[in-house]
Amino acid sequence: MREARWIRVTRVVVLSLLALFTLAPLYVMVSSSVKPLADVTDDFRWWPSRLTVRPFVDMWSTVPLGRYFVNSVVVSLAAMAFSVVVAIFAAYAVSRYRFRGRSAFSLAVLSTQMFPGILFLLPLFLIYVNLSRITGINLYGSRLGLVITYLTFSLPFSIWMLTGYFASIPRELDESAAVDGAGPLRTLVQVILPTALPGIVAVAVYSFMTAWGEVLFASVMTGESSRTLAVGLQSYSTSNYVYWNQVMAASLVVSIPVVAGFLALQRHFVAGLTAGAVK
Amino acid sequence: MTTTTAPITPVAPASPGAPVDTPRRRGRAVRRALTPYAFLLPALVMELLVHLVPMAVGVWISFRELTQFFIRRWSEAPFVGLENYRVVLDWSGPTGADLVHSLFVTIVYTVCSVGLSWLFGFTAGVLLQKRFRGRNVLRTMFLTPYALPAYAAVITWSFLLQRDQGMLNHILVDQLHLVDERPFWLIGDNSLWSLIMVAVWRTWPFALLCITAGLQAIPPDLYEASAMDGAGFLRQVREVTLPMLAPVNRVLILVLVLWSFNDFSTPFVLFGGSAPRPAELISIHIYESSFITWNFGLGSAMSVLLLLFLFVVTVVYLLAVNRRRRDA
Repeated sequence: MREARWIRVTRVVVLSLLALFTLAPLYVMVSSSVKPLADVTDDFRWWPSRLTVRPFVDMWSTVPLGRYFVNSVVVSLAAMAFSVVVAIFAAYAVSRYRFRGRSAFSLAVLSTQMFPGILFLLPLFLIYVNLSRITGINLYGSRLGLVITYLTFSLPFSIWMLTGYFASIPRELDESAAVDGAGPLRTLVQVILPTALPGIVAVAVYSFMTAWGEVLFASVMTGESSRTLAVGLQSYSTSNYVYWNQVMAASLVVSIPVVAGFLALQRHFVAGLTAGAVK
Repeated sequence: MTTTTAPITPVAPASPGAPVDTPRRRGRAVRRALTPYAFLLPALVMELLVHLVPMAVGVWISFRELTQFFIRRWSEAPFVGLENYRVVLDWSGPTGADLVHSLFVTIVYTVCSVGLSWLFGFTAGVLLQKRFRGRNVLRTMFLTPYALPAYAAVITWSFLLQRDQGMLNHILVDQLHLVDERPFWLIGDNSLWSLIMVAVWRTWPFALLCITAGLQAIPPDLYEASAMDGAGFLRQVREVTLPMLAPVNRVLILVLVLWSFNDFSTPFVLFGGSAPRPAELISIHIYESSFITWNFGLGSAMSVLLLLFLFVVTVVYLLAVNRRRRDA
């Protein structure tokens, strides 16, 4: 059946408007990052008066961006690694065993999504301050505290998505491994993990993104030496004199790794959402 | 919800016909029964440490007068009973009035940003349903804002919304001459609309992602059948697409509402720490009353009330949605 003309017109018009809305800030970010300072201190201009890469060079010395960057990379990678392992174990238990409290566990984990972050921020802050005092392990103002906090943020979605993935793996594979004498752990490592690899990679990227973009806990839980990009860039952009071209360059640089990872894996996210939903 | 078929690990065999119960056999059975819990243990410990225990502590703090003097010895903070709740809920007092104001702002923010995000996501999802050249490029481009780290995206918006150097005023004032006076976007009355615009920009791609996944699960013959009946595009959307998407929409809208209600990053980064009063969302309000005035007792009481409020909203929503489904 041929489409009516008005539908095609509507499609072009609506999608163009949405594209403009989506692209405008991205254009501002990219174009301002290659402008000389004079172009961003005066009236806005669409084109740079001349192209320059100075912002990408200067941003490292205006603020200790390198340190923020290292902190963010360390925290996000560690949170990602732990979170993926914890989620794999939990999803394996939920998808492969029947046990008392199974649905209660799934429900409880999902419902943590509902909690206002601000509700457990204050107590967690106090718990970390006091745990640090008692044990001597520095949880407050350190990267360790952030890693522990962030790894739980991505757990609900990761467990949910991996449970869907694992459930779609035929049980015959497990059983033949059991015949070969493999215990649960070996079955998980040798059978489940290789089969569910795309899902695991998607979950890993998701955990990394979650930790990389978090603002609230980073602003309270970090000290000068453990400050992450979220806090660093924010104070960069609200100081008395803002070098907007450098701030845009820095925003671009911190965005590229996560955007690339997400867009490369978008198919798996859609598949994971569907798998988790039909479970 | 049909998940597990036959579990691979059987429950402890205890049927009367079974061979004699030796201690070793029993030990193995116990170990088998404990295996799933062992796998769950790390997740449980983490959830307890970061979510559940702090939540319980939060409730405990809300009954205490926990000010800056007691941070180091918080267990000694004096018990004040329901005093914090009384102050917070006293709407004629300054604290209570501020809370009501921020609750109202948050409701406006949530309704507008969730409504628009869903509308954009749904419209784009339906218009992208039919295959055409450039469809995948468009989809990928639309998803980009969702992948951007919150602070990078919002900082870019705060540059774009600057009164003097921003792109928006350049278009509105210098190029289109719609207004004579350059408006402020990040302070004053406009700040709430700016906040909603930024939030929609960041969230609608997530709606698109979920709706796309939902649309792919609709069997094409439903559209063919309804086309045979002479249904046009709009009737197909109404009679096929919307009913088939209902399960996705139910979850999607709930998640979006909860996220918006608890949103902190967008206002915090957009306004640089303290939000202007017209755009003071409840999370920012609680943050300020806790960490800037160092009154954790009041802040916790507000957080507990917020959680209760969200809990009631969620339960009412789920009941309403399920009743509609049963009636339909």
